[in-house]
Amino acid sequence: MAAIFQGVGAAEALSSSPFNSFDSNKSIFSPRRSFSVRKGASFAVVRSDGTVNLNLKGRRAQQLISNAVATKADSAAASSSSKPGHELLLFEALQEGLEEEMDRDPHVCVMGEDVGHYGGSYKVTKGLAKKFGDLRVLDTPIAENSFTGMGIGAAMTGLRPVIEGMNMGFLLLAFNQISNNCGMLHYTSGGQFTIPIVIRGPGGVGRQLGAEHSQRLESYFQSIPGIQMVACSTPYNAKGLMKAAIRSENPVILFEHVLLYNLKERIPDEDYICNLEEAEMVRPGEHVTILTYSRMRYHVMQAAKTLVNKGYDPEVIDIRSLKPFDLYTIGNSVKKTHRVLIVEECMRTGGIGASLTAAITENFNDYLDAPIMCLSSQDVPTPYAGTLEEVTVVQPPQIVTAVEQLCQ
Amino acid sequence: MALSQLLSSSSRSGNRLKSLSSAISLRHPISTDTTPITVETSVPFTSHQCEVPSRTVQTNAKELLTFFRDMALMRRMEIAADSLYKAKLIRGFCHLYDGQEAVAVGMEAAITKKDSIITAYRDHCTFIARGGTLLEVFAELMGRQAGCSRGKGGSMHFYKKDSNFYGGHGIVGAQVPLGCGLAFAQKYCKDEAVTFALYGDGAANQGQLFEALNISALWDLPAILVCENNHYGMGTAEWRAAKSPAYYKRGDYVPGLKVDGMDVLAVKQACTFAKEHALKNGPIILEMDTYRYHGHSMSDPGSTYRTRDEITGVRQERDPVERIRKLILSHDLATEKELKDTEKEVRKEVDDAIAQAKENPVPDSSELFTNVYAKGLGVESFGADRKEVRATLP
Repeated sequence: MAAIFQGVGAAEALSSSPFNSFDSNKSIFSPRRSFSVRKGASFAVVRSDGTVNLNLKGRRAQQLISNAVATKADSAAASSSSKPGHELLLFEALQEGLEEEMDRDPHVCVMGEDVGHYGGSYKVTKGLAKKFGDLRVLDTPIAENSFTGMGIGAAMTGLRPVIEGMNMGFLLLAFNQISNNCGMLHYTSGGQFTIPIVIRGPGGVGRQLGAEHSQRLESYFQSIPGIQMVACSTPYNAKGLMKAAIRSENPVILFEHVLLYNLKERIPDEDYICNLEEAEMVRPGEHVTILTYSRMRYHVMQAAKTLVNKGYDPEVIDIRSLKPFDLYTIGNSVKKTHRVLIVEECMRTGGIGASLTAAITENFNDYLDAPIMCLSSQDVPTPYAGTLEEVTVVQPPQIVTAVEQLCQ
Repeated sequence: MALSQLLSSSSRSGNRLKSLSSAISLRHPISTDTTPITVETSVPFTSHQCEVPSRTVQTNAKELLTFFRDMALMRRMEIAADSLYKAKLIRGFCHLYDGQEAVAVGMEAAITKKDSIITAYRDHCTFIARGGTLLEVFAELMGRQAGCSRGKGGSMHFYKKDSNFYGGHGIVGAQVPLGCGLAFAQKYCKDEAVTFALYGDGAANQGQLFEALNISALWDLPAILVCENNHYGMGTAEWRAAKSPAYYKRGDYVPGLKVDGMDVLAVKQACTFAKEHALKNGPIILEMDTYRYHGHSMSDPGSTYRTRDEITGVRQERDPVERIRKLILSHDLATEKELKDTEKEVRKEVDDAIAQAKENPVPDSSELFTNVYAKGLGVESFGADRKEVRATLP
């Protein structure tokens, strides 16, 4: 399931709209998509060859491109060489960030299953073992509890390990270490020890991976005091967040998504990091604030296209920082639009959306014109059957309907 | 000091000298005599997959008297903690180490402050051995500001970073992977030091221990796993919890050594041996056969699962402080009275520390929110009114 997106080198012109952000639909939805959840409104139909017929005024039906650039409009197709920066896939961006940090600081090391000689099960650590050797890129046995504990112990002395969980769900085995030792040692030692560790791995609902491999651990980890959680969604913020997480003195859990590894984007050549606590404004708007993160960002952006056609102007914010929430950006947005829709992949019960709803209600209740709507995954183990799996996560038509309801 | 030198240099001084010293005893002499004395450990070592260290140990008067003083201090400290707990000045959990002092003291004598120690929740005496002060101990136990963790950790969370004491952990067995991580860092940074990861006979059945042992053996880490076998995992005797209570053998491919944990010289010898071994050959397991007089914690009377006779039996025959006292007296390194004076001094020290700790204030309420996160790279949590966004490269 690694090669979801085929990188198309030349970007087709989708120019005139400033918000043609999301265009990787072709592969996120399987071609035989049936939209069984249609609620009567018109929406985008994905045809079997992957092209999308959008009901766009004054624009022809366009070939989708897999370039999932958030805000920039790619103007010309051919001039990729004259543009600043370089193009790469998300997993390559993560690898670049990791490699640059390992070059920069000899204390950074990577531990995980199959990260070394195999190159990483999602190729994030490809080539690193050859370059840095076996002592810095360590293949561990299948023992999450203990190697996470070892990473934390090493971090107590000043090393900066990057622990990879092959799938985030496996980190449940290390929950004790993450919760009690990683999160709390700085506090219980009265500030003597810092744990500059990064715990990362892919999570989220994939392509028919089954219940145990489709976990969203951000909902379980969110109440551990002392850790920070961030979720990346584009190559740009993946590299930036990876670098910031490694440089941070606090333990950071970086949530990646199994289906986003092959997103392609042009990122700057120069050294940059993303603020760990900052949310990203994906599309400014006036009518409604849509808060989302990770893969759901793309579902939201697809829904946004439809919404724009219908005359709505959604403001889309990728919250990125799951703990703590960037209430500044979110608050400003709420003050502007007065309506909030949260679209997340966590389950309804006890997820990030639930906490975010509570946080916004507590802080910005006076600015809200309508109750906050939260679209989350169903509270079920993710089924194997493709049709059922589609229904467990939030789909763009549902988002469109929700916005229409919210804006009545 | 002249007195003690007189005493120690002449092998069998007559009664006259002894009575002279007791008549003149004013200040208690800690002998600075370092002429070697050869002693045999109580029992020989048994090993698994490695050679056995010698049963004969070299020591000297200074060391023995230091051992006595340190162990007496620890013993007094734990008993004082018992009283404080019953007086409700210490709350929550309080796990006492009396009976096991020899392990902490003997280990410390074999290593330097560059080596790391990590242990579980029975950590008061290990903290003292690593250089902690009595005030820090009592203040932390009573939840005051002067505590080693500023009152925020409690009995189970003593740490001392500058002497490489990594605590202090409440969850059984979780410290062993941490300890192997410390050993990994030592190997990574080429420190030429070792890590002692202590755990109990109860924790010896934890899976993460074997996982960590596997990784340590695979990567040749200088980790020494020390099982402080006091024969009871809270209320469960070792033969009821472990199919194979020979904890030093459970490493299978990892060599192990069984040590009499009530004999401080045997502990010292074993730890010296283990350090040498670990630096060359990777992990090794030490099983310290020891005993705790108190129950598992203050809420456990300690007599429902073992007989009082057993406890008094061990106290009479194997008590570590008594063993050293007998050794000192039989080698005429100090008189009975001098040792009693040491104990009185120690008692006074402990009482003074308790008095000082009682005066110490409780932490300020603002301390609730400090040390949740370390500052750095835009990491402070702002509320809804955050005024600015910061992202500067360090």
